[in-house]
Amino acid sequence: MDWSALSVSLRLAVTTCLLLLPLALWLGRTLAVTRSRGRPFGEALIALPLVMPPTVLGFYLMVAFGREAPLGSLWHALTGGALNFTFTGILFASLVINLPFAVQPIQRAFETVPGHLREAAWCSGLSSWQTFMRIELPLVWPGLISSVALTFAHTLGEFGVILMVGGSLDGETRTLSIAIYDRMQAFDEVGAGIMSTVLLMVSFVTIGVVYGLARRRGVPRV
Amino acid sequence: MSELEVTLSQTSPIPLAAEFRCQPGELLALVGPSGSGKTTLLRAIAGLYQPQQGTIRCAGQVWFDTAKRLCMTPQQRRVGVVFQDYALFPHLTACDNVAIAMGHVASSEQRERAEQWLARVRLQGLEGRYPHELSGGQCQRVAVARALARDPWVLLLDEPFSAVDQVTRRRLQRELALLRETIDIPIVLVTHDLDEATALADRLCVLQAGATLQVGPPERLYRHPASPQVARLLDKHNVFTGTVAETSGRRYLTWGPNRLEVETGLDNLEPGQTLHWYVPPSDVILHRRDRPSRGERENPVESTVSEIIVLGGMALVTLSFSHTRETLRFEISTHAARRNGLAKGETVIVSLLASGIHLMPDAALPQHEGAQP
Repeated sequence: MDWSALSVSLRLAVTTCLLLLPLALWLGRTLAVTRSRGRPFGEALIALPLVMPPTVLGFYLMVAFGREAPLGSLWHALTGGALNFTFTGILFASLVINLPFAVQPIQRAFETVPGHLREAAWCSGLSSWQTFMRIELPLVWPGLISSVALTFAHTLGEFGVILMVGGSLDGETRTLSIAIYDRMQAFDEVGAGIMSTVLLMVSFVTIGVVYGLARRRGVPRV
Repeated sequence: MSELEVTLSQTSPIPLAAEFRCQPGELLALVGPSGSGKTTLLRAIAGLYQPQQGTIRCAGQVWFDTAKRLCMTPQQRRVGVVFQDYALFPHLTACDNVAIAMGHVASSEQRERAEQWLARVRLQGLEGRYPHELSGGQCQRVAVARALARDPWVLLLDEPFSAVDQVTRRRLQRELALLRETIDIPIVLVTHDLDEATALADRLCVLQAGATLQVGPPERLYRHPASPQVARLLDKHNVFTGTVAETSGRRYLTWGPNRLEVETGLDNLEPGQTLHWYVPPSDVILHRRDRPSRGERENPVESTVSEIIVLGGMALVTLSFSHTRETLRFEISTHAARRNGLAKGETVIVSLLASGIHLMPDAALPQHEGAQP
């Protein structure tokens, strides 16, 4: 059992969820309430990682993270470090590939909040921020939970893009999925089986916990 | 000083040319067909819609003034709004739905005050229920309590009775009538139900395509509509075209072969002038067929029954005339209709009471209409 790979996987999944959630909330709400003509373009851009082959997306990210590319050089200028073959690199990649999984459930949840509830809140004296915190957020809670669950589970299982961007560095970029692949390459079916079972259990427990939480906090709808 | 004054205008996307006032304690009903801008005006008062031009003042405070580039947010305006489908927050209990509108009250007092408001709308014991656990009528009462809990300067009601059944509607209308006696703020009601507007409102504001056509007490509007358009919007049918005539210094209204006496309004008009006139159904009197008129009664007019529809105890009678395609409608009891042998094709004589005939000299005549022969 590669505990180091499990640790990298969990660290990556938790950090991705924490960083992506505020962004997904903002993007999901904006897309849900906006009437602008640019909305389909924004939606398409966010959904792109869903339809792109992981190797293609991994290739573009690897190129973008290179020191010759603007993003890679900017990162180097700011931190002195690199993005390719680092945990930060696979974290950035994870943020990009999980964008549709994080944004879409939240967007759908915001779309189900009737516009007149916001107006009723404003007419009740609530500011826009209070309306968001006290009215909208409790109503989109199930969508929020779905977003976290999907992002977490998808990060644990992501393989292609992470392998392209991060390789398989022990304790840095080797996630459990990659470790399983490595074990199979080495004909260690027992090791691969144990790690697969652990990944399955962790995924199942995580999803079970978040959906249980969603049910407990689930709000009655009119 | 605490009245509501609204003057709004714009050409697009929704045309508006509205002007009305509402006094404290008064209930003004905005009536008109779908798309006449009723709800848009209500939203403009609440600060949810910003028209291109105009002013909105309430209790001496300017809420909206395009000349001064001033537009207060809904939060800054003290408005209580009851939305068409109530817009209750589904994740909050009835009590919390009301308490959330009490930002101006100390947090320690909010719950108690919310319970007091719910008691006032007769919802004691239901404070802990969620909206999906309440009936339509109870939801409407929570919405009213929430709107009033903000201590608003104006109460806006957007079709508040449209989502409940007939029996509940009548009960809620009665409760609103009782509640408004205790509220000393302007109340603006949007409704497409003329019966509801007539029953509840002190004054009606008739709107079409966003424009105010006439404002006044229901009785006055029903008897004296300013134009054929207003009469039609108020579901009043009996609008005709006649010509002012004078014989031996006495003025009449000629309508086909009929010479009609009119109690008021003819003196200011010139003989030969063609104009619209209206007679309320209540001022149409059927002559008993077994006692034919010899012409001595008021404005006798001969006609043919073209339609008779029995609606319960009342019969809606439509009369047609030889000189015009326009028809006259009035209601009599079904019993009276049977006693007089009213049936399609029968000839009858009706009197059009001179005191009921209302002249509309300022209303433009359509191109195809003119003096009747």
